[in-house]
Amino acid sequence: MINFLKIVAKNRLAAFGGILLLIILTLSILAPILPLKEPNITNTADRFMVPFEGGHILGTDHLGRDLLSRLLWGTQLSLAVGFAAAFIAATFGSILGAIAGFYGQKTDNIIMRFIDMLMAFPYILLALAIVAALGPGLFNALIAVALVNIPFFARNIRGVTVTLANKEFIEAARLSGMSNLRILIVEIFPNLLPMIVIAMSTTVGWMILETAGLSFLGLGSQPPQADLGSMLGEARSALITNPHTSFVPGIMIFCIVIGINLFGDGVRDALDPRLKKGSLIRPLPQTIYEGGDTQPTPSTKLLSVQNLSTQFHVNQDVYQSSNDVSFEIQEGECLGLIGESGSGKSVTALSVTSLVASPPGVIKKGSVNYKNENLLALPYEKLRSIRGNKISYIFQDPLTTLHPLHTIGDQLLEALQAHDSKLSISESISKSKDLLKSVQIPNPDNVWDVYPHQLSGGMRQRVCIAMALINNPELIIADEPTTALDVTVQAQILNILNSLRKERKLSILFISHDFGVISQLCDRVIVMYAGSIVEEGPVKNIIQQAAHPYTSELIKCVPQLGNKEHALHSIPGNPPSLNQLPEGCAFANRCQYKQDQCLKGSVPVSSKDNRSYKCFYPVGGTA
Amino acid sequence: MNALEAINLSKTYSDTDGFFLKNKKNIRAVNDISFTLKENQTLGIVGESGCGKSTLARMLVGLLEPSSGTINLQNKNIQQYQRQELGQVIQYVFQDPLSSLNPRKTIYQSLAAPLKYLHQQDNSLIKEKMLSVMGEVGLKEEFLDRYPHEFSGGQAQRIGIARALLADAKILILDEPVSALDVSIQSQVLNLLNDLKRKFNLSFIVISHDLAVVENISDEIAVMYFGDIVEHNSSKEIFQKPRHPYTELLVGSVPELNKQFADISNKNTELPDPANPPLGCSFYSRCSYGSEKCQNTKTPINSTKKLPFVSCFHPL
Repeated sequence: MINFLKIVAKNRLAAFGGILLLIILTLSILAPILPLKEPNITNTADRFMVPFEGGHILGTDHLGRDLLSRLLWGTQLSLAVGFAAAFIAATFGSILGAIAGFYGQKTDNIIMRFIDMLMAFPYILLALAIVAALGPGLFNALIAVALVNIPFFARNIRGVTVTLANKEFIEAARLSGMSNLRILIVEIFPNLLPMIVIAMSTTVGWMILETAGLSFLGLGSQPPQADLGSMLGEARSALITNPHTSFVPGIMIFCIVIGINLFGDGVRDALDPRLKKGSLIRPLPQTIYEGGDTQPTPSTKLLSVQNLSTQFHVNQDVYQSSNDVSFEIQEGECLGLIGESGSGKSVTALSVTSLVASPPGVIKKGSVNYKNENLLALPYEKLRSIRGNKISYIFQDPLTTLHPLHTIGDQLLEALQAHDSKLSISESISKSKDLLKSVQIPNPDNVWDVYPHQLSGGMRQRVCIAMALINNPELIIADEPTTALDVTVQAQILNILNSLRKERKLSILFISHDFGVISQLCDRVIVMYAGSIVEEGPVKNIIQQAAHPYTSELIKCVPQLGNKEHALHSIPGNPPSLNQLPEGCAFANRCQYKQDQCLKGSVPVSSKDNRSYKCFYPVGGTA
Repeated sequence: MNALEAINLSKTYSDTDGFFLKNKKNIRAVNDISFTLKENQTLGIVGESGCGKSTLARMLVGLLEPSSGTINLQNKNIQQYQRQELGQVIQYVFQDPLSSLNPRKTIYQSLAAPLKYLHQQDNSLIKEKMLSVMGEVGLKEEFLDRYPHEFSGGQAQRIGIARALLADAKILILDEPVSALDVSIQSQVLNLLNDLKRKFNLSFIVISHDLAVVENISDEIAVMYFGDIVEHNSSKEIFQKPRHPYTELLVGSVPELNKQFADISNKNTELPDPANPPLGCSFYSRCSYGSEKCQNTKTPINSTKKLPFVSCFHPL
């Protein structure tokens, strides 16, 4: 709870709204014990006194009643009615919405059509009709306001419930023998609660306004009882002659609503899980680089990554995702980068063109040498001309990489013209279609006018490869491009990548968790574990005899089909968290060759010929 | 005894076009499938996305109703079971271990559900039973007060398995039990499953797209393609000597160390349209051994449930 308030308070406007609201609430709650004059005693002799006249701090109204006293008592009443209406609307609306969403089908149809009917009336008209039927009075106004707000809650909560009802944990609850009603109460309701609170916090202000509106029209609180709406209503006739009688309740309404809305937005932001993860914070177009003007060591290779360290700062934790990583890629070479989830392989690949989401990502040090320039320190405009042009990416899930609302053709054209605006449209089209053919899409003309969701996963990934190739890149970074695909499709995509690289002399940085895939496609491989490179060398040699125990274990994990006795291999234990990396070798606690030396200090990198490894006791001696 | 028997099981989803014009389309998901699962055995079902394997799994545990056909659990029709009874006979282990746990409940609350609602156990016995099962699957007692997001994938999958075991069901359906896990962790979980099977006399149906996983854990394997079982054989033989051209293609596509690229680059990989299934063999358009018969004649189904079975006119 304290943590939650701290998050809300971080948002300055929300803190301001919260404080404003707290002051108003305290004052109105304290109204009975504050030394106030009686709110309803009329004294026509003192009518329309201006503020500070005759001991009336805010003056008096048309019947000579003390405005300050009426204001505080009235605020108390308005707040109570507003909150009560919000609470009633939230309760009934949420129950209806949850039932409709959970049971679905006919129940859903009946409830939601009824809700739609309620919504079809202009709300003020509906409220007026209800008050007309039940008679004027604050309680009836409360019922009317609550009723007209039920649809808002019902619709919101129904939507959330429908998504929840199809979640696997609900099916698991069913299989545990729970009845439907129990599932609704025990499993679904706790997940709805934040949504209900969010919806309430944003609507209370609006309900107070609606109640005030009804009172203003004389349908809510009846004289002599004061609430903010009726005070405003009574002051209306004296608006020109004695404006202070209108300003006093008016300003109060303004303060309450602005306070509630600002605070409510803060509550919403703090409760929304997407915001907690920071996904609504727009990341910078380029990762923050703290390496200053580090000059990369000159290199004859196409790309040379030198001592790259990328971190993520989340709350107080620092996640060391890539730790002093160095490697080079030659022209026409396919370099494999292998590691398990959380080993830092994707972060390393994204760091090359500063694509790591920032904040929270920061490139602490290191450099990426491409044509004698440090890519990490390039100004944004210059970097943009390289990204997607000379260095392009292929990602794991083609459905999320492609824009769902544009046709394949439009997206290819856009990718092409973003970097080469001189090309004419007809030239661009024929170039794009040729590319689609070269990634073995059987009928480019048909695919051209189609939207991504109309293609199969394998076809989509081909489109992504075509898009990556469209500006004749020198380097393609492929981040698990076949992991989401079926094996037969994977085999085809690997084939396509392999023949393209031979035809075009492309360099590929191929990221994968599967040594089988890497061994088919790549010339050299880098093995990453817990953010560091632990071994590097030609794929063939490493498969023959790995030096690092982790590599050796990882190779054993590749299955061999048709040999049931060759059981699947596993590595005992789990990899360390990137925010709590141990001293010494990160793999030591899972390693069968571990010695005392492995647990302290840092492990040096040993190199011999074209291979290197980071281990004191390599498998098979010195490799 | 048979733990589970599926007889001529089919599922078609109906899809209506338009709001006023009710133009019904039948989408075929599972098509006339028969098999048996013997007690203390593991049947692996393998196939690529869209082959109907998840639909099949959900029908077997009663989360989906079949369009036609029968499911017998321990020689009794599934429709004769009440929800509570059914949960004591068959359980399901979900593919994504994290999303099968309620994010707002502690592990204790999630694990207590089957004991409370299936077995009406008192609170005093619940914890004791829970701790013994947690010990079996390698979970620590202090995990009980934690929430799902605090666990790694491997741990969450163990929690899912523990929940299924607490229901005391003898048949477990495991839907992609390790596909969310890293390769180095996968066989930890598979080995655990094998140990539990022996210890508690369980019968498994393991559904996966990963041939190696299925081969490792199963006694028998059925290969599914486009809603059909195209080949069914013992796990020792099926990938060593594939008889159906599709099985051969699958085996050839798995990347292994020191293996050259399979030359399948120019072949079609698209599935037939499920709203408009082909007359004959559904693999015909991708098959290099096909004949005219394959195009027009319905391929055989395994009505006798004898092994080995292959649904092909020209088996390899």
